[in-house]
Amino acid sequence: MDFLNAIVALSNFVLIPAIAYGSQLALGALGVTLIYGILRFSNFAHGDTMAFGAMVTILVTWAMQAAGISFGPLPTALLALPFGIIGAAALLLLTDKFVYQFYRRQKAAPVILVIVSMGVMFIMNGLVRFIIGPDDQRFGDGARFIISARDFREMTGLREGLAIKTSQGITVITAVIVVAILFWFLNRTRTGKSMRAFSDNEDLALLSGINPDRVVMYTWLIVAALATVAGTLYGLDKSFKPFTYFQLLLPIFASAIVGGLGSPLGAIVGGFVIAFSEVTITYAWKKVLGYMMPESLEPDGLVQLLSTDYKFAVSFVILIIVLLFRPTGLFKGKAV
Amino acid sequence: MSETMRNVALFALVGGLIVLTGVMQSWNSALTILNMGLISAIMALGVNLQWGFAGLFNVGVMGFVALGGLATVLISMPPVEGAFAAGGVRILTALVLGAATIVAAVLVQSRLHGKAKALATVVILIAGFFIFRAVLDPGVAAVEAINPALQGNLGGLGLPVIIAWPVGGLLAAGVAWVIGKTALGLRSDYLAIATLGIAEIIIAVMKNEDWLARGVKNVVGLPRPVPREIDLQNDPGFVEQAAGFGVDPVTASTLFVKTQYGLLFALVLVILLLGAQLALKSPWGRMMRAIRDNEVAAEAMGKDVKARHLQIFILGSAICGIAGAMMTTLDGQLTPGSYQPLRFTFLIWVMVIVGGSGNNFGAVLGGFLIWFLWVQVEPVGLFLIETLTAGLSEDSALRLHLLDSAAHMRLLTMGLILLLVLRFSPRGLIPER
Repeated sequence: MDFLNAIVALSNFVLIPAIAYGSQLALGALGVTLIYGILRFSNFAHGDTMAFGAMVTILVTWAMQAAGISFGPLPTALLALPFGIIGAAALLLLTDKFVYQFYRRQKAAPVILVIVSMGVMFIMNGLVRFIIGPDDQRFGDGARFIISARDFREMTGLREGLAIKTSQGITVITAVIVVAILFWFLNRTRTGKSMRAFSDNEDLALLSGINPDRVVMYTWLIVAALATVAGTLYGLDKSFKPFTYFQLLLPIFASAIVGGLGSPLGAIVGGFVIAFSEVTITYAWKKVLGYMMPESLEPDGLVQLLSTDYKFAVSFVILIIVLLFRPTGLFKGKAV
Repeated sequence: MSETMRNVALFALVGGLIVLTGVMQSWNSALTILNMGLISAIMALGVNLQWGFAGLFNVGVMGFVALGGLATVLISMPPVEGAFAAGGVRILTALVLGAATIVAAVLVQSRLHGKAKALATVVILIAGFFIFRAVLDPGVAAVEAINPALQGNLGGLGLPVIIAWPVGGLLAAGVAWVIGKTALGLRSDYLAIATLGIAEIIIAVMKNEDWLARGVKNVVGLPRPVPREIDLQNDPGFVEQAAGFGVDPVTASTLFVKTQYGLLFALVLVILLLGAQLALKSPWGRMMRAIRDNEVAAEAMGKDVKARHLQIFILGSAICGIAGAMMTTLDGQLTPGSYQPLRFTFLIWVMVIVGGSGNNFGAVLGGFLIWFLWVQVEPVGLFLIETLTAGLSEDSALRLHLLDSAAHMRLLTMGLILLLVLRFSPRGLIPER
């Protein structure tokens, strides 16, 4: 029995990765939920928006690295982030002007907008592959670890090491800052309040003189920022590959739906619910259980409930369970 | 120009494009496009049944297509010697136990109430899962140990491959029944996400469960319903005939085989199209469209909306399964790694929307046209880029990058086509009547 080592092993392999992944999912789900709440459709192009924002960030990062600009121990990508956001915002505003605006004016059914977003998804996906190619791209630099497994072992004398990657630390800190700004914006500023009013009751908001075009524009700007930050953080933490961003669509939507579509708080909770379930169910518990149990009971197998390739199944099963028992999600979402 | 004339002209246009490919590139590639076009048209028919007739938003087409492919392996491959004795019984027992667990959990939902229900469900599911794994894992290990370089799976039944086509449809229909039972009650965009997830899970299972169809190690050399090219080339009678037409035996044999595939596929397409057309014109089809246009009113008229939705979801998925089995037969191999949602789900959707949702002929036309463009955009894009960048030097980085990226032009083009059609002709090329 060795609880200390068990806890360290658990944090190293489950808690820390899940918190980082959960923050990334939460940021992605916030974007989906905002679009659903204000523009009233499920945006299938969101994963590819994330990829586009991250791609612009990567290109600027490379330019900065070539010019010798660096951010000390932190990744240069953080400096490039604002450029990525501007790029994604420009793309989204152009898409809105040339594509979505027409259907909004027509008051098209939400499902038509979903199909339209499928077309946008194709274009963005093609655009990203066209510009940066379909392969893995590395762009992280700076210090790799805040604390490495070996340092931790030397410091504490425990058998288990605890490694915290810089990218994980940055992910959590950035996510907290971004979410704080977002909630401040939505709850305290005039524009934010008008956005919430528009989401709650469109007709009433229009009657009280809220300019819908302005609300829509701000929504896209915020979504661009959220998507780029989420995409860049995911790329720093894992790696950048256009196809994985497309696949992120499923856990992101699962997070948003589990939390309740249209509810920002729900999106954050949903992101962590999905991330924690994915990581705990696909983690091989042998090590942690080995520390926790008396030696005679030590498990022989890996004690892995499902192979990591089935992580989609996890987010999906949670999605179905929540929908069957709480059809509007954990936090009351809306239905269009 | 009357409507019929217009439609005939549209089909003639697509036919002309394929003939043009034959003249300008080669008849071999024209036939390749035609064969996959036939299969795409069948998939589009299936999606049109769900979306065009009933308004069901299914973005899990890829999963059903893959299930059809799985059926081809399970039906047509010869059984692996000793595999069934080694672990097959265990695996089948485990699957039955797994199914029994789920049935028990579902039964609990209706029999018990309150806390007892929740507790019993959790206990049944957890206990069932561990029993399932305990029975399954040794069986899987035993099967996968048999000649892993070439086999390591259970193999199939060794039946003629044509039988796999209807069986692929049945397999897809069975899975669609399970999905429909759980997910069809959901709102349209929830259903979309649910089906998207199920398709990913089906692919994940096919990639990882090596005992089933060798996973990412692929199954190659599937039996064929038509003769092999090499046998034809060794057949003196065939060579003589080919010489009579003035074609060399190698080309003649590939053309001959592809034509035979094409005839088989066309037969299936005609049967399904006829069925779909009759269904559309029948009272059943009118009821479906009534449900699609106004669910509440249809329900008030006494129509069982839920049951009808389930029915058409199963039918449409079965058609996708048949098409998937045909495609795997044509390829002669099952490669789970090659199933990608953009190609097998969203492209089919582009076909249906562009062709005209709600119209069977529209879906078929969309299948041919979009498949033709999907194939031909790449060489055309390459040609365009080569022309446009001709002014740049041979080794200019920009030119090389653009030439490299030409392959991704097709995604851009498909998105553009979809958006243009949705904007300027939202009901498709051949609109619903």
